[in-house]
Amino acid sequence: MRTSRPVRAAQYLALLAYLVFLAFPFVWLISTAFKPAAELGSLHPTWIPENPTLENFRQAFDEQPLLQATANSLIVALSAALVAVVIATPMAYVMARHRNRLAKAATGWVVISQAFPFVLIIIPLFLILKNFHLINSLAGLIMVYVVWALPFALWMLVGYVRAVPPELEEAAAVDGAGRLRILVSVTAPLLAPGIVATAMFAFITAWNEFFFALVLLKTPEKQTLPVILNRFIGTEGVADLGPLAAAAFLATIPSLVIFALIQKRITGGMLAGAVKH
Amino acid sequence: MTLSTATKRPRKGAPSQGPPADYGAWFLVLPALIPILVLSVGPLLYGIALSFTDAQSGRTAATQWVGLLNFQDLAHDTLFWDSFRIGLLWAVGVTVPQFLLALGLALLLNQDLRFRWLARALAIIPWAMPEVVVGIMWRLVYHPDAGVLNETLADLGLGGGRDWLTGTATALLAVIVVGIWAGMPQTTVALLAGLQNTPRELHEAAAMDGAGAWRRFRTVTWPAIKPVALAISALNFIWNFNSFALVYVLTQGGPGGRTRLPMLFAYEEAFRYGQFGYAAAMGCVMVAVISVILAFYLVGRLRGGDTS
Repeated sequence: MRTSRPVRAAQYLALLAYLVFLAFPFVWLISTAFKPAAELGSLHPTWIPENPTLENFRQAFDEQPLLQATANSLIVALSAALVAVVIATPMAYVMARHRNRLAKAATGWVVISQAFPFVLIIIPLFLILKNFHLINSLAGLIMVYVVWALPFALWMLVGYVRAVPPELEEAAAVDGAGRLRILVSVTAPLLAPGIVATAMFAFITAWNEFFFALVLLKTPEKQTLPVILNRFIGTEGVADLGPLAAAAFLATIPSLVIFALIQKRITGGMLAGAVKH
Repeated sequence: MTLSTATKRPRKGAPSQGPPADYGAWFLVLPALIPILVLSVGPLLYGIALSFTDAQSGRTAATQWVGLLNFQDLAHDTLFWDSFRIGLLWAVGVTVPQFLLALGLALLLNQDLRFRWLARALAIIPWAMPEVVVGIMWRLVYHPDAGVLNETLADLGLGGGRDWLTGTATALLAVIVVGIWAGMPQTTVALLAGLQNTPRELHEAAAMDGAGAWRRFRTVTWPAIKPVALAISALNFIWNFNSFALVYVLTQGGPGGRTRLPMLFAYEEAFRYGQFGYAAAMGCVMVAVISVILAFYLVGRLRGGDTS
């Protein structure tokens, strides 16, 4: 279909407007992160720092326990992603291949778990974890994140499993391979890219999470990056905006990089999970 | 290897009833099922039970059942209903414009435009960012002195010096804009996926019959993406109503409670004042009201689809 010129022009104009709207806050964050204190205090802030500096980054590390927080975030996000994928993959397999009550109940839980306000979950979780002395502990937070990442992980993985033709497994069965053998040597390799994408998504979810970490982690040496970043906020004078922006920018990089790697698979996974057979 | 012999082989042709859950299936499901039961289903039921008790943090006396007392108190708690009203305003104010904007963007991205890849990449950015960072970023944009918004407005001769996040008139609107921005990617991606499932031949046939752009959208595109559109807008509404981090970072619920979403209210009640039972009751009310609204929305939309 051909599109007339004025229409095309209008489309490009609209696209440009979207690009500006979506990109400008992020550009401003980066710009602020590299501005020296004098420019931050100036009456007419500019888009591009006139004298870009790394001072803000140094100051951010001096003022807040960012290294410790990064380490905590890494431990929590990596463990949660790993555990979530290891336990979700077999379950997703059953949900995709069997149409029994268990699979239906699990699907129901995936949907319902999206609707409940966290406050209804966090109070009991807080009490339960307190009983096991898992408040202010990374292990406790990891357990919470695993369960929190499960609905979307299952959703994505079920889609990926469905994309593996059952005929392949049947053929292996005809050849006399046992069920576990089939899972390990036929299904798993085909699922591997999907599993990796799901793990990365679970990593980002845990890396970015704020609410549970805010409630469950009490002391700065245990807190994750988002909670530490939040401690920056509130009392800042104009001069402290630089370090704040610098720390926020750094905290975003891992998520952005991983997201760029799996972007196609995420969008594909959302779709695959939604397609009914 | 006992597993492989104890279980059935996959049957030919996916059976509609399905085999009963065999031991192998249970073995595969348990590692995920136990954490779900212990850390999700269990706490949920526990949370609902708590709303009928006087549970408080750090109290030594045993927790008592108080029946519907929390709910009776809640019914008279004007602060909570104010917060609830703000929550609804916020949820609708974010979900509706976000849907329309995302639909526009998805339609554009579905065209053969140059720089489409760039737009796609940029559209995803808010999704990947930690909510706390999104909040910080927009605080920088809205900052009364060092922010780019006031500076731009001043350059355009529209005055300046507005304190967006702490002004009672602008605070809610300012956080709603951030909410729209932050949720654009999920909505756009979902709608784009729906659009790409639209049969292209149908579109071309309609164009050949002389149908204009709007008519083609109404008769071909919209019916095809309607299920996705319904699902994503319903989910967005729920997520927005239950959101916490963004507004907590932006305003902490201020000024004077103007942006105090129900989740912020419940969080303070539970973890600042230690009223666990009362906060749990708030959570229950939130779930109940949201379910009713959604039921009406979905039933209404689906019925509307049958008649048109």
